[in-house]
Amino acid sequence: MSVRQSSSSIAAVRTENVTRHYPMGESLIKAVDGVSISIEPGEFVALLGQSGSGKSTLLNLIAGLDRPTSGSVLVQGRDLAQMSSLELAQYRRNVVGMVFQSFHLIPSMTIVENVELPMRFAEIDRTERMQRSRESLERVGLGHRLDHRPSQLSGGEQQRVSLARALANRPALLMADEPTGNLDSRTGEDILNLIRDVSLSMGMTVVMVTHERALAERFAQRFIYLADGKLASEGVRA
Amino acid sequence: MKTYDLLDLAVRNLRQSKLRNGLTTVGIAVGVASLVAMLSLGVGLQQLATRRLAGSGLFDTVFVTSRQDYRGFDKEDDAKTTNPEKAPVLDEAARTKITQLPNVTEVEPEIRVMGEIVTAGETHFGFVTGLPMSARENEAFENLKGKFFSSDNADEAILLTDFAKELNPKNPSELIGQDITLRYGERQALAQDSSDRPQMSGGESGAGGSGDDYGFSVVRKMQKLRVVGLIEQEPYGGMRTVSRGRIFLPVRTTERLNMAQFTDMRSSLRGGSGKTYMTLTVRVKDPAKVQAVQDAVTQMGYRTFSVLDATKSLRRFFTVLDLFLGIFGSLALAVATLAIINTLVMAVLERRREIGVMKAIGASDGDVKKLFFTEAGAMGFFGGVLGIALGFAIGKAINIGTGIYLQRRQLPAEPVWIMPVWLIGAAILFSVVVSLLAGLYPASRAAKLDPVQTLKYE
Repeated sequence: MSVRQSSSSIAAVRTENVTRHYPMGESLIKAVDGVSISIEPGEFVALLGQSGSGKSTLLNLIAGLDRPTSGSVLVQGRDLAQMSSLELAQYRRNVVGMVFQSFHLIPSMTIVENVELPMRFAEIDRTERMQRSRESLERVGLGHRLDHRPSQLSGGEQQRVSLARALANRPALLMADEPTGNLDSRTGEDILNLIRDVSLSMGMTVVMVTHERALAERFAQRFIYLADGKLASEGVRA
Repeated sequence: MKTYDLLDLAVRNLRQSKLRNGLTTVGIAVGVASLVAMLSLGVGLQQLATRRLAGSGLFDTVFVTSRQDYRGFDKEDDAKTTNPEKAPVLDEAARTKITQLPNVTEVEPEIRVMGEIVTAGETHFGFVTGLPMSARENEAFENLKGKFFSSDNADEAILLTDFAKELNPKNPSELIGQDITLRYGERQALAQDSSDRPQMSGGESGAGGSGDDYGFSVVRKMQKLRVVGLIEQEPYGGMRTVSRGRIFLPVRTTERLNMAQFTDMRSSLRGGSGKTYMTLTVRVKDPAKVQAVQDAVTQMGYRTFSVLDATKSLRRFFTVLDLFLGIFGSLALAVATLAIINTLVMAVLERRREIGVMKAIGASDGDVKKLFFTEAGAMGFFGGVLGIALGFAIGKAINIGTGIYLQRRQLPAEPVWIMPVWLIGAAILFSVVVSLLAGLYPASRAAKLDPVQTLKYE
């Protein structure tokens, strides 16, 4: 693990010439191809680009779900590329919270159990787990529906459960992969408002992948555009 | 993940597909049941055979004779006896010494004499033999009508049913509780004749004075005996001297009555000091200890004989039988193992996305592996418990079946199927271990799943 100082302070996330290549039959897919970005602590950054531009792959690399083919991904000064799979699991458990486009809740569990699940992996005591799950669900406005199953909730509510689950282990980084993709525009806006409020109150860094530029421009502070796996442009909200 | 959480999640997952996991668990249960039923049958048969052998009273006994006697019957054995005349005699002191050997439970002389029962002016001839109290355990007394001797010195008799029929053809059972009169020959030592003294010179046997060294006369005597029981078959399978009788008395009673035996002729020729025994029957606690006792008695200078320890070869036979029964029993469990593998592989495929989610929110490869492992182990445990219950039911059915079969043939029912307590624990443990082994492959497959790939599936 290498610890590198940036010129001013330690960035929340920094990638250095990171690549992710997949063999696909005879050819090689360069999903991410030499991207270097830096995200400051507390920033709300949107990764934008068309389908296949590599934005989700880059998000997965930062989330520790995938490993780079080359280059490095530094989060809080630690290089994810150098971590063992157990260290990566601990990183995902303790540093990252994830929100997915299709919510990915476990249908057989009640919503409070879904929120509790990451804390089971973190071996948090049962009573504390229950308390934190409740708090987390109250924060997203679902404190009254603890014992419902995901299938009994609307899409927007499910995404809020997913957000509550992501917040359960009090992560420093919130990663959202198309969080509004399966929601209508109003519900999508509500969710993004919630994400913004929560990240501000908890002091989290947010990285959101989206292809809805208009929405991103309303909520994110900074935009990173990817095209064909490469960094195309960057912008800051006016 | 903590053990509680693992168990909780595993059981929760198993309950998700109740039918499939239930069927797999029943499969394991059938496997365990067949294994348990087979092994219990092996144990039951072994215990039955051992019980029969022990009941025959042949395999836990050493017969002891003096090397002075029976010379010339076995040339090879005689050659080993360097100085037969000097060999120790089988007297009271020797009997006490043998009694004190470890694992010896009983040392009794074999007494068998001719006698007559006198009833209503008629006489009925029959051999009278002395039985030790331990004969109660002999299989001949399993169907004893009436009671066994109240003590080893009681004036009581047990008759062979055939003999009882001679005494009371209509209803031999009536004899139980009645008194009969036994006429027998008593051995009375003679006072030493002074004219015999010079010929006995040499002094070796001159310790005399007891008169027993000299000779005896046989005097007719009568003894009242109470009939306490009737038996159908001769004790010890008719294999021993004391088996071949029709009137059985407690051995101490026969000794007290000082009945003249055929073998007294031999002792009277030998002279010597005091009463000697021709044969002592040494009962050993356990057939496996017979050899040690036999060696110890041989060391003392006596000739010994025992029926080869049949339980040893029996154990070998049953070890092989158990192995085969175990293999047949395990076949069903092997099939059940495949069912576990199949079920879990299916579960891995079905729960790909769930596994991916768990990994994305912080589960390590080890957590996922342990979860599937625990599911396999839980199925093994429940299958094992269910299998024991099922095996128990099968065993009960076997016992009831054989009981009915034996009763139809007028034989006493006996359990052929016995489930020892250790087998219950061992079967459940075995079931869990086998299930865990079956879970190895699916669990490692689940652990290796790439979360990015699994989450792409919509």
